[in-house]
Amino acid sequence: MNISNLTKLIKIAVGTTVIALSSAASMAELTIGFAQTGSESGWRTAFTNATKAEAEARGYNFKFSDGQGKQENQIKAIRSFIAQGVDGIVLAPLVTTGWDKVLKEAQRAKIPVVLVDRGLDSDPSLYVTSVGSDFTQEGAMIAAWLAVETEGTCDIVELQGAVGADAAIKRQTGFANVIENFSGMKIIASQTGSWSATGGKEVMESFLKSIGGENICAVWAHNDNMAIGAAQAIKEAGLKPSEDILIGSVDAIAEIFKTMADGETNVTLELSPYQGAAAFDALEAHLAGKDVPKRITVPGGLFYPETAAEEWAKRK
Amino acid sequence: MKERKKFLDINPKIWGPIFSLVVIIVIMGIIDPGFIQIEFKDGRLYGSLIDILVRATPTAIIALGMAVVIGTKGIDLSVGSVVAICGAVAAVLIVETQLPFFMVVIVSVLVGGGIGFLNGIMVSFIGIQPIIATLILMVSGRGIAQLVTGGRAVSFDSTAMDIIGSGALLAIPVRLWIMTALVLCTVLLLRKTALGLFLESVGANAKASRLLGIEARMLKVIAYIFSGMCAAVAGMILIADVSTAEINRLGLWLELDAILAVVLAGASLNGGRIYLGLTIIGALIIQTLTTIIFSSGVPVEYNLIVKACIILAVLLIQSETTKNYVSQLRTKSLENRHAE
Amino acid sequence: MGVLEPVVDVQPLLEIKNISKGFAGVQALNKVSFSIAPGEIHALLGENGAGKSTFIKVLTGVYTRDSGKILFDGQDFHATSSGHAQTQGVSTVYQEVNLIPTMTVTENLTLLQQPKRFGLISPKRAKQRALEMLERVGLNIDPSKQLDSYSIAVQQLVAIARAIGTKAKLLILDEPTASLDAKEVLRLFELMRQLKSQGISIIFVTHFLDQVYEITDRITVLRNGSFIGTYATKKLPQAELIHAMVGKSLDELTSGSNRETSDSADDVLRIQNFGKQRFLKPVDLSIAKGEIVGLAGMLGSGRSELCEIIFGAQAVDQGSMEIAQNAVHIKSPKQAIDHGLGYCPEDRKIDGIIAELSVRENMILALQAKRGWLKPIPMTEQKAMVESMIERLSIKTPNLNKPIGELSGGNQQKVILARWLLTQPTLLLLDEPTRGIDIGAHHDIIAIMKELCEQGMSLLVASSELEELVIFAHRVVVMKDRKKVMELTGSDISQKSIVNAIAQ
Ligand SMILES: Nc1ncnc2c1ncn2[C@@H]1O[C@H](COP(=O)(O)OP(=O)(O)OP(=O)(O)O)[C@@H](O)[C@H]1O
Ligand SMILES: [Mg+2]
Repeated sequence: MNISNLTKLIKIAVGTTVIALSSAASMAELTIGFAQTGSESGWRTAFTNATKAEAEARGYNFKFSDGQGKQENQIKAIRSFIAQGVDGIVLAPLVTTGWDKVLKEAQRAKIPVVLVDRGLDSDPSLYVTSVGSDFTQEGAMIAAWLAVETEGTCDIVELQGAVGADAAIKRQTGFANVIENFSGMKIIASQTGSWSATGGKEVMESFLKSIGGENICAVWAHNDNMAIGAAQAIKEAGLKPSEDILIGSVDAIAEIFKTMADGETNVTLELSPYQGAAAFDALEAHLAGKDVPKRITVPGGLFYPETAAEEWAKRK
Repeated sequence: MKERKKFLDINPKIWGPIFSLVVIIVIMGIIDPGFIQIEFKDGRLYGSLIDILVRATPTAIIALGMAVVIGTKGIDLSVGSVVAICGAVAAVLIVETQLPFFMVVIVSVLVGGGIGFLNGIMVSFIGIQPIIATLILMVSGRGIAQLVTGGRAVSFDSTAMDIIGSGALLAIPVRLWIMTALVLCTVLLLRKTALGLFLESVGANAKASRLLGIEARMLKVIAYIFSGMCAAVAGMILIADVSTAEINRLGLWLELDAILAVVLAGASLNGGRIYLGLTIIGALIIQTLTTIIFSSGVPVEYNLIVKACIILAVLLIQSETTKNYVSQLRTKSLENRHAE
Repeated sequence: MGVLEPVVDVQPLLEIKNISKGFAGVQALNKVSFSIAPGEIHALLGENGAGKSTFIKVLTGVYTRDSGKILFDGQDFHATSSGHAQTQGVSTVYQEVNLIPTMTVTENLTLLQQPKRFGLISPKRAKQRALEMLERVGLNIDPSKQLDSYSIAVQQLVAIARAIGTKAKLLILDEPTASLDAKEVLRLFELMRQLKSQGISIIFVTHFLDQVYEITDRITVLRNGSFIGTYATKKLPQAELIHAMVGKSLDELTSGSNRETSDSADDVLRIQNFGKQRFLKPVDLSIAKGEIVGLAGMLGSGRSELCEIIFGAQAVDQGSMEIAQNAVHIKSPKQAIDHGLGYCPEDRKIDGIIAELSVRENMILALQAKRGWLKPIPMTEQKAMVESMIERLSIKTPNLNKPIGELSGGNQQKVILARWLLTQPTLLLLDEPTRGIDIGAHHDIIAIMKELCEQGMSLLVASSELEELVIFAHRVVVMKDRKKVMELTGSDISQKSIVNAIAQ
């Protein structure tokens, strides 16, 4: 199988197509404001940098505001964007509520707003569209990768997130939807590692004993922390993680790259830091008078051991 | 012979928890013989029972401190947060400084003890109810841990920590040695001096103890300091496990498991008795259930339900009321037989 | 043995047949049988640990009996709890006041039967009801205050008020007079006679034999859990009664004592102008080595308060204190103990015993606290000390490791006395040391007190039993309204002179 098969698989699984709003004609110089939440994590910084680079590539007059983790800073930034009369605003909302007033102000000033990363609990008419990834798709992508890697035959143990968490339920569903298509793939055990490395390690230890390491083909962990824990449990049981037992997880936290570089897990998935491009596409399409769907999904990117050392160096 | 009879006289209670633990393990061994198998692998013992011992260490150590606090008629809800704070402190010290490892240990334990000291002052000198005083830190502690690490999980590379996390000495995991040493020290401290007696006396009747010349308030502070220190040690073991301080989840809900372990040991939340060894048994019972659930394939939604039911059963077996009821039934049936 | 009771021809209200009850290591009741006639006051007597309280608890369902039968009004009687017994017509005042200290007097009195108005609790009526109930026992207090803001004597009377408030056919009083003063006892007796005339039967447990002769019709004696006999009070001389209780004859308590006044240079304690605002008016007092000073006065007169401030349980705000001619400032009981003081408080259950701990632990605690936590008393030494104390004070306990809370009331009191004797204090403060102690032990304790002072220990003894004060005190300090009103020495000490001092 190759990458195009993989994309197809994901399409089957998720049932949506990644919207490609081709930038028709490059717009005349636009002034765009971006209200970012802050720089709380490595991923957030990468996201900011990627967005800045994209704006530069498009020749925008780009105004960036760092909210420093405070909603009132973000609201202030939007007000100042409005006062400056920008052509469009990109907002990465820190929280899901409390935006109605300032969004109405933007609407009155006829400035379109596009959300990135997270959605809002507000009236959808207050913004053009919401760009982001979704948990179901994340699960599906890891499943698809595993299907390719094992050619559709694998006994999988699943390390779930906290019982009842939205992300856990959706990642589980997305994964299950894909492996349903392969008669040789099944989940033989599933327990919660409650999002933590310790939890992942403890559950994996008991799987290794009750099922036997030789009977497990892969570990599917709902986040990287649990994958790190599982890898340790496998090592302590005298097996080689990533070879004897494959390990796939989501989140792309910095530490997973170190683990991966040490050859102990096989894949992780990062929420795309390249949501900026999709957001800009949506803004341009809207300004050009085209219809834009209310939700645009940007698939995350898979990372493999090959680039892990490099990523770890960048992120630690 | 006479001595032995006396021994049984002292503690008829101790058999309850031990009996429960043995029954659970025996039942599991019958269902799945693999469960009670122990192998020798890579210079250390390997098997589900060893896992249980290893996994139970943090809870057991915290429960040790909790047993002392509960013995003084207090409660320490903050231990889960103290685990997070001290874990964070240790991780940051390892990553950011060149401090030798034993200094890292000392600093973390001092931080834990310091937090315990604050709890103790609030409870015994300011007079805040223990449940409220320690709730303050339970709620805010994780935030403090986040401040310590700057909001991130901190992973580290430390040989000493690796040894604590997964090393073995004489085929026995290092953390079991740590726990054993701690339990022995505590037993010596409480039972070979009069400290344990004083703590229990304060817990059972603080007013009468004061009239006896026991410094009740200071003793309570000491109990909380001890609990904080235990939580710090548990925090270090937990981060050593995976070489990462995951502050958001580190030690989450551990306070409840620790309280449960103390109760399973047969102590009353009204204070007055400290059972150190049995508290460890209590922690082992809890961990055995967790491990059984993990390896039995129970759907995750039922995890806690199953655990709660079994624990309820264990507590019922140990309850005085049940015992009285059973003995009553027995005498009644005897009487009936006599009547016939 | 004794005078056998003629067969009563009326049907008894209560018939006890072969009741047994054992605890781990003790047979507290062994085939006890007797009966109670309607409208009689029946004394239940026996030494400490004879099984009186246990019998009452078995009757009212607090403990389940091992075997035996109880007929109440001719019906099989099987109470499951004291509340249940109460609805069946058996009301009880237990030896340990078991009201709820953090509730108001009104709430305690009306807990079982809340006066309702339109289905809702009516606080006004509840208070009214409470006042009426208190009136019956002659208690004039504010019922809306929390119960524990009153002394144990008052609490005891509240408990009695509650018990007779419900419509009972049988009222059980377990040592109700132990913490009452003479006036209150008279008032209670009046009440008991009144209830008797209404046809209510009363079981009355006490260690005061005078009271037995004053009020009861018949007497049942228990010894070591066994039934000894039921006697008509009038036909049983006191000496025979004592013989029945203890199983051997007792010499009459010797009265009078050597009352040579001691040298003031030997004062172990001297307080001057010693007091605390709104607690105790300033007191001057000195106690010599080997002297027993009695503290007399009515309840609330300041007896216990004086003991508390001397011992540092309450901080003083004026005056000075000297111990063995050295000025000291005692701020806590710990410091008092370090200066050689000891204190048996009045309220044994709250301030004295540590119920969960064993007899051994309770007994050695004060000495251990004095030595500090780093110097534990070796177990063999502990055992030897405790065993010798058990023997010396003839404490009834199956073994050293029994939780003290499970001992009978009088034996608990002895353990606490033993606790302080072990610390070998120079001055021991005893607040009501003989309360709840049986006649034999009473005798023993007074003998021990005398022996102690011969060995050079000084004692300050607060007691409401003037009779005993007169016997052992070298000097009597009379308190009234939280003030010292008189000091009697030598031949001036007599019950009459004390009463006069109080009445002035
Ligand atoms: N809950 C209990 N558990 C074990 N033993 C008990 C318990 N209650 C009483 N006993 C034992 O039963 C015996 C009888 O005690 P009880 O309290 O009935 O004596 P009593 O006659 O009321 O004495 P006192 O005059 O001192 O109050 C004692 O030896 C006591 O230790
Ligand atoms: Mg009694």
